[in-house]
Amino acid sequence: MSTKVVDRPPLTFYERTYLPAILGGLKVTAKHFADTVFKGNSVTMQYPEERWVVPEGYRGAPYLVKDQDGATKCVSCQLCEFVCPPKAIRITTPGADGLTADRKNAEKMPKEFEINMLRCIFCGMCQEVCPEEAIFLQKDYSITGENRESMIFNKEKLLKLGGTHAGVQKWKNKLEEAQAQETFPVDAQ
Amino acid sequence: MSAPAAPSSTLAPVPAPAVPPVETMTVIVNGKTVQVPKTMPDWQGKPAPTTMLQAAKIAGVDIPHYCYHDKLPIAGNCRMCLVEFGTPMMGPDRKPVLNEDGTPKISRSVLPYEPGTSRGAIACATPISPGMEIYANSKATEQMRESVLESLLINHPLDCTICDQAGECKLQEYSVQHGKADSQFVETKVHKPKAVDLGPRIVLDDERCILCTRCIRFTRDIAGDDALGIVNRGSYNTISAFEPGKFDNNYTLNTVDLCPVGALTSKDFRFKMRVWFLKETKSLCTSCGTGCNITTGSREGVIHRYEPRENDAVNGPWMCDSGRLNYRWVGRADRLKQVLRTAADGTRQPVSWNAAIESAALILTQAPQGSVAFVVSARQTNEELFLLKKLATHTGALTDSVAREGEPDRLLVSEDRNPNSNGVRLIGMAFTEFGFNLTKIAEGIAQGRIKTLVVFGEDVTRVGIGPELLAKLDALIVSDILPNATTAAATLLLPGAAHAEKRGTFVNVKGRLQKFQKAVEAPGEARPEWEFLRELVHSLTGHNGYRTIEGLFNQMATEVPAFAGLEWAQVGDTGVTVQI
Amino acid sequence: MEAINYLNPTAQMILFSALKIGVVFGVVMTAVAYAVLVERKVSAWIQNRVGPNRTSPFFIDYLPVIGPFLVKLGIFQPAADGLKFLLKEDFTPNYVRKVYFWLAPAITVIPALLTVAVIPFGSNLGSEKMVIADLNVGILYTFGIVSLGVYGIVLAGYGSNSKYPFLGSIRSTAQMISYEIAMGMSVIPIFILTESLNLSDIIRYQAEHGWMILKQPLAFVIFLIASFAETNRLPFDLPESESELVGGYHTEYSSMKFALFFLGEYANMIASAAMMVTLFLGGWTMPFIDALNLPASSLLLGFVHIGVFFAKMAFFMIVFIWVRWMLPRFRYDQLMDLGWRRFIPLALANIVVTALVVALFNN
Repeated sequence: MSTKVVDRPPLTFYERTYLPAILGGLKVTAKHFADTVFKGNSVTMQYPEERWVVPEGYRGAPYLVKDQDGATKCVSCQLCEFVCPPKAIRITTPGADGLTADRKNAEKMPKEFEINMLRCIFCGMCQEVCPEEAIFLQKDYSITGENRESMIFNKEKLLKLGGTHAGVQKWKNKLEEAQAQETFPVDAQ
Repeated sequence: MSAPAAPSSTLAPVPAPAVPPVETMTVIVNGKTVQVPKTMPDWQGKPAPTTMLQAAKIAGVDIPHYCYHDKLPIAGNCRMCLVEFGTPMMGPDRKPVLNEDGTPKISRSVLPYEPGTSRGAIACATPISPGMEIYANSKATEQMRESVLESLLINHPLDCTICDQAGECKLQEYSVQHGKADSQFVETKVHKPKAVDLGPRIVLDDERCILCTRCIRFTRDIAGDDALGIVNRGSYNTISAFEPGKFDNNYTLNTVDLCPVGALTSKDFRFKMRVWFLKETKSLCTSCGTGCNITTGSREGVIHRYEPRENDAVNGPWMCDSGRLNYRWVGRADRLKQVLRTAADGTRQPVSWNAAIESAALILTQAPQGSVAFVVSARQTNEELFLLKKLATHTGALTDSVAREGEPDRLLVSEDRNPNSNGVRLIGMAFTEFGFNLTKIAEGIAQGRIKTLVVFGEDVTRVGIGPELLAKLDALIVSDILPNATTAAATLLLPGAAHAEKRGTFVNVKGRLQKFQKAVEAPGEARPEWEFLRELVHSLTGHNGYRTIEGLFNQMATEVPAFAGLEWAQVGDTGVTVQI
Repeated sequence: MEAINYLNPTAQMILFSALKIGVVFGVVMTAVAYAVLVERKVSAWIQNRVGPNRTSPFFIDYLPVIGPFLVKLGIFQPAADGLKFLLKEDFTPNYVRKVYFWLAPAITVIPALLTVAVIPFGSNLGSEKMVIADLNVGILYTFGIVSLGVYGIVLAGYGSNSKYPFLGSIRSTAQMISYEIAMGMSVIPIFILTESLNLSDIIRYQAEHGWMILKQPLAFVIFLIASFAETNRLPFDLPESESELVGGYHTEYSSMKFALFFLGEYANMIASAAMMVTLFLGGWTMPFIDALNLPASSLLLGFVHIGVFFAKMAFFMIVFIWVRWMLPRFRYDQLMDLGWRRFIPLALANIVVTALVVALFNN
């Protein structure tokens, strides 16, 4: 038997009158009451006026970011779309003759990038999987809209909300590296 | 039409030429003793000494490789398949040296000038010898693979995020299995041209290329168009087309499949969809009578690409570009999506399937014998043709089909551009020569003998039954996929499904019966033809119907002599040969 | 006003009774609404929260300092709540037993309000006694009416045709019947002492001989605890224990029908508080001040008496609310044990002892 029977300590007559429990309850409640009414020790936050300080590392709404030159960082690799557990992310790929990427040697960027904020569970998988540091869970926690359509954020909106994040700048470095190799024999032909 | 063959002979495959008994030898792969034949077919099918790679494959061990391909000449330049091996030691008396327990003593291959270091051999090109031991996952082999991978990645841009090959890239896979996290090379990477326009359908990224030369060998030795080569030296080696931008034979896209990395990519598929999203469905190419086996890649009801599926009895691992790119019509916006019926006042109105089947049944029941004609397409499946044949027999109708011909080539493309001409013939909807009855049908309509015409998947206005003749009909029942002049004139229009939207079988020009599976849903109200034909046959003949494609096929096999004895389950992914 | 004097006594009685009923009903309803507010506010303060402090009608902008203060106190919250109850969709699930489902809220709320009829909430205003019905059997009437309240809950549980309400109503029925006995027996000593069942007489007795709470402390304790049980308040809120039964007998109710249950519960609290004030705390009287201990001689004193009565009642309301946060809920067997094996014997003993004392010493 894994059940262990614990003996209940016998109560004194005084305890059995419920009086100590009642007095104890009275003491605790009275203390809190006085604290709130006379000292103003209230834990309530007056929400729309008072705002919570979002801690670092908070996982709010995922937004797309731009690099230091204002170029879209996302290269439409669709890993976030693949990894997203509630399938909130939907990417429209550019196609071979689609739009030109903001950064020339990055070759592509999404034609459309939609996050359905109603579906999003703020798990952060997209940020974790992103090889381009292009999507980050930011500090927005209160996202509202008047209908379902308005809760689907498109690329333009996500980029606007996301702001700038420079990161490792691998495409810029690559471009500079390639430009430095001007005597490349194939080009010299 | 060829004489129906005896049922017994149709079951057996075409008898293979008598194979002489194979001489075998014993090798040991990873400690497992296997008997392997002394010779195996090379890329052309000629016997050649068995290599270590083939022997390992027989033993169930995959040795990683890039440049080796079983349908291409061996080049042996990628070095990925390096393995450590050993051979039985020979004494001065030419007798094997034995260990104390009586087993032959093995001498591991070592560098002649550095006997402590193992010397690997490329498994793809090294023939086996009796008693050879192959250490496919020894420490030395792993070290060789690591080093080879590191070398291959010296100049690789590591831009998987924008690479279409990501997800089906051998470089990715082997890097995960055998690669190192870091490179010892500190030198700046050599940057080569990116997004080079190699031909109308191919883009080359030279930085990603590992110079395995599979593409060069394919186009030279298989496609017979020596258009590609390597130019420049050392680190600057690049693949290049003889005439820039003119790599344009009809088999160029096979090089994309062959390319183990993302150097050669298809312009058609470029940046369109990541491969890990694609649902792969075993299907058939319908562009010609060859019936190449394909894999349909689709996502959420949209087809994104066709890829060849290996079937040595039909297409090997290849397919032509024209067939491969012929998929966009399946998702065309103007697909027929509504069941339409001409009302008494001459307007066409949408009706339900039930109503349409009822009125079709009424038309065919009330039509006097001989007043009905069927024009069916050799693009229909055998099962649909079989049901149509039942309708035609029931109404005593004249039947025919329409031929489609084009220029054949020496590799895959057939002269016959219909995927199922032989199915039409075997089921008996047309004579060996298509079009024999079409003139009779046209005459019959002109003379008023034929009042009801049933057209499946063809535009009869192109083959002599013009709109003025169609106007004389009482009823024109048409089923098609895309709109044309005949569907415009139909009094009852039944939208059908493309091959990617249904299941069925075709018989190719060589008599190979092959089945294909459903990849996507048909748009709108369109349904697989066999489904509504089954209902129509049931309404007309009272037959109990065939609820599944399997049941329908098995029923057809009992009634069509050429298919006698076959069962759906028995027709594997690569098909069976029937007597034509 | 003079015209009233020309009416015959019956017509006068009807007129004044109607007036009193209207005023009392209005006051009780308002009191219920504000009892809810007080409950919310006090609960919030005990839990270090602020409670409702947002509802602000449009005219509040014109009241400079006092307006925001009233808003902060949540003075307008009851109005908003009431409006919400009126405007919400009146939803009836389609699996319920419709007649009983509709009947139950009414049966709950009516007895609670009827109890108030016999309570003397003041001495008199002019020549009019401040009690709607000055019955000779006032206390019997009260217990008779209160015992009807249980039918509403039984019907709600049965009519809802759903598990939780059913369990809630069974618990509630058992609990109310059990504690009614103890409650009824606890007040018998009072009648032995006062020799009357008329509540006005009891108040007069207390004004003369001192508050009953001093003479019958045991009766008071039993009555107080039983009235917690009768009103389904913590620590005896088993019938609606949210954590076990979702909401108890009113789980399936919404909108105005739910509001009636809610109203009934608070009206019961008010009635219980009024009964306790009347029976044990001397009603509208105040000891040591003669002017307040005797029936009012002027209109002003009449109002003061009413004020005293309400002040005492408010005290009990606060006690009801406060106790809710002091004690955890009883277990069902503990509840029954307390009712049957503690209070009933104690009440019986109290009756016997009181009777003996009266018999031995009064003569």
